[in-house]
Amino acid sequence: MYIYDEYDHKMLEERIIQYRDQTQRYLDGKLSDEQFLPLRLQNGLYIQRLAPMIRVAVPYGLLSSTQLRKLASIARDYDKGYAHLSTRQNIQYNWPKLEQVPDLLAELAEVSMHAIQTSGNCIRNTTTDQFAGSAKNEIEDSRPWCEIIRQWSTFHPEFAYLPRKFKIAVCGTEIDQAATQVHDIGLYLLKNDQGEIGFKVLVGGGLGRTPLIGQVICEYLPWQHLLTYLDAIMRVYNMEGRRDNKYKARIKILVKELGIDAFREKVEAQWQFSKGNQATLTEAEVNRCKSFFSTPDFEQLPDEDEVINAALQSDLLFKNWVDRNVAPHKQAGYCIVTLCIKDIGAAPGDVTDRQMEFVADLAERYSFSELRVTHEQNLTLADVRIKDLYEIYKACKTESLATPYLGLLNDIVCCPGGDFCSLANAKSIPIAEAIQRRFNDFDRLNNIGDITLNISGCMNACGHHHVGNIGIIGVDKKGAEFYQVALGGDAGREAKLAKILGPSFSQEEIPDVIEKIIQIYLDERQHNEKFIDAYERLGMEPFKEKVYAKAD
Amino acid sequence: MPKLIKDGAFIENKWHLFDKETDVEAINSINDGNYIVPLKLWLDNKELFSKKTVDIGIWLDSDESPLSLEADVNDFSVIALNFPIFRDGRSFSHAAILRQQLNFKEDLRAIGDVQRDQLSYMLSCGFSSFLVPEEANEEVLLAGFHDFSENYQSTVAKPTPLFRRR
Ligand code: SF4
Repeated sequence: MYIYDEYDHKMLEERIIQYRDQTQRYLDGKLSDEQFLPLRLQNGLYIQRLAPMIRVAVPYGLLSSTQLRKLASIARDYDKGYAHLSTRQNIQYNWPKLEQVPDLLAELAEVSMHAIQTSGNCIRNTTTDQFAGSAKNEIEDSRPWCEIIRQWSTFHPEFAYLPRKFKIAVCGTEIDQAATQVHDIGLYLLKNDQGEIGFKVLVGGGLGRTPLIGQVICEYLPWQHLLTYLDAIMRVYNMEGRRDNKYKARIKILVKELGIDAFREKVEAQWQFSKGNQATLTEAEVNRCKSFFSTPDFEQLPDEDEVINAALQSDLLFKNWVDRNVAPHKQAGYCIVTLCIKDIGAAPGDVTDRQMEFVADLAERYSFSELRVTHEQNLTLADVRIKDLYEIYKACKTESLATPYLGLLNDIVCCPGGDFCSLANAKSIPIAEAIQRRFNDFDRLNNIGDITLNISGCMNACGHHHVGNIGIIGVDKKGAEFYQVALGGDAGREAKLAKILGPSFSQEEIPDVIEKIIQIYLDERQHNEKFIDAYERLGMEPFKEKVYAKAD
Repeated sequence: MPKLIKDGAFIENKWHLFDKETDVEAINSINDGNYIVPLKLWLDNKELFSKKTVDIGIWLDSDESPLSLEADVNDFSVIALNFPIFRDGRSFSHAAILRQQLNFKEDLRAIGDVQRDQLSYMLSCGFSSFLVPEEANEEVLLAGFHDFSENYQSTVAKPTPLFRRR
């Protein structure tokens, strides 16, 4: 992974000094609430319903064991012993004290971590597919490019006060697990006929109040021009994005109002001045960044392992776990393991300090001391020897981390919702739990098969409900908490937005509603058709009919 | 009288700033001195201004593009960009455009809601002077230029990005 040099360290040190001073001036009454607001947000600090919340950046989801151990100790010392994995691959703490935040940041800096630009109207943490660098059939490893973008976006002087937040995703894998098309800018790595790397650039995607799929602004951008082109897009947005209405301030609205062609023209007009200038990437820089993500010291191993094959025969629970949570690796004898952080009773994506330390040890022993936070709020060990699988599984069982739910209905993606978030219309965690309890049977879940279920507590859509096969969103109905259900969303390369099923439901009704939806699918599916494919074929009607049918 | 910072120090401010409400009458009555006038007033009264012996600068609000200046920008010894509120970031881009695309070489001034915590970004984007409230604490403000000793990007102030230097 990327190793900080003296420049990176210095910048982090200076940031902490700056923020300590800002906090002090705020506490002394020299900065007003209004003045302090964007400063603290650009350091990830929210004032929430019960207490502050701080969001720590996990650049493109990548963590070392050392970093995770530090995050565990911070959870103990500043939070109530746990942390939350967010849908943008970051980590959140719910109970830090405002005065303590500079100290917390200093602790993070010890392991080259920070909370820079994890909130506020600026360029946020860049995200990517959690299998980057390890996936089979990968087009190109996205991590060096993410790091290049991380550095370019960190403290970018021109874009610290944008009309609204700005999110970039990069994807170089065949299957897109980064929800690339619903980002302000989505970058797909690709190669041209000469085998040269470039990017297909999408702009204007996003969720929230007005969900939109990104549109192609450039079919092939040679890699050298990545940063000047991003600068040009950002500049047009910074100058022309709406600032009079925060619900219309995202770049997606600008792109929609102008039309992609007119928007492209404006970007090109800016770009002609900067194309080829000093911000143009050099081979030396790309190679420098790539050197941090070189292939680890893989052993030469056979494709299969006899001991593991025997265990798969004798231990059905292990087999279930392997079937669901283990993905193929580009290297023979290796695989990708994802730990599903969706144990019933804990909020989806919540990990305790103890679990974090356990996973840190696991990664150290079995996966080159690295792991990734996924945007589905799970943890991935990306470079595991197949022959270690059984040991890993058994160890995980003792820490409630061996749930074989990955990609199944109970692997729910869920925002913190009304229990924590001050913007919420409704709670989301209890809804997730009620559904998980209703479906808590592996055979049943496995029979239903691949499906995504996403819950957001309000239209801000942090739970990405628009791109869930089933999406649930909290709405306010005359002061009471209600839920709308939507169907047909997909976050992958064929991204689609879910459509609302009909009138909203009370909290108690939701498990029944989900059950009816699933029943229709099971009754109607052909062969091994996935839920999303059956929905595509059947359309909304049969689901609507069944769910809203009057009881006799 | 608001105070002026230039080259990292407080200096005497000899420029008088006309606000948007200023009308033609006011122009007629000026004979000497230094005036920064709003873009529209200047565009509407170019003739009149050309007959004056006074030194004219121009200021743009955050919703006015520097590309609308229609003149050699270097005819002005100062161009000021307004921050109606500190979190309105448009003038950062306008400053960069003035420097990088219109090759403005003279004094580029930040006016309006100019605060300590945005100063280093302003400097990087090409601003060279800063108009701050009279009551502002000088020491606190001057420290604002030194928050960071380095930046990753190619900026107006330092066009060679860090990756070409490390
Ligand atoms: S979706 Fe709404 S309720 Fe959920 S975390 Fe985001 S803002 Fe809060």
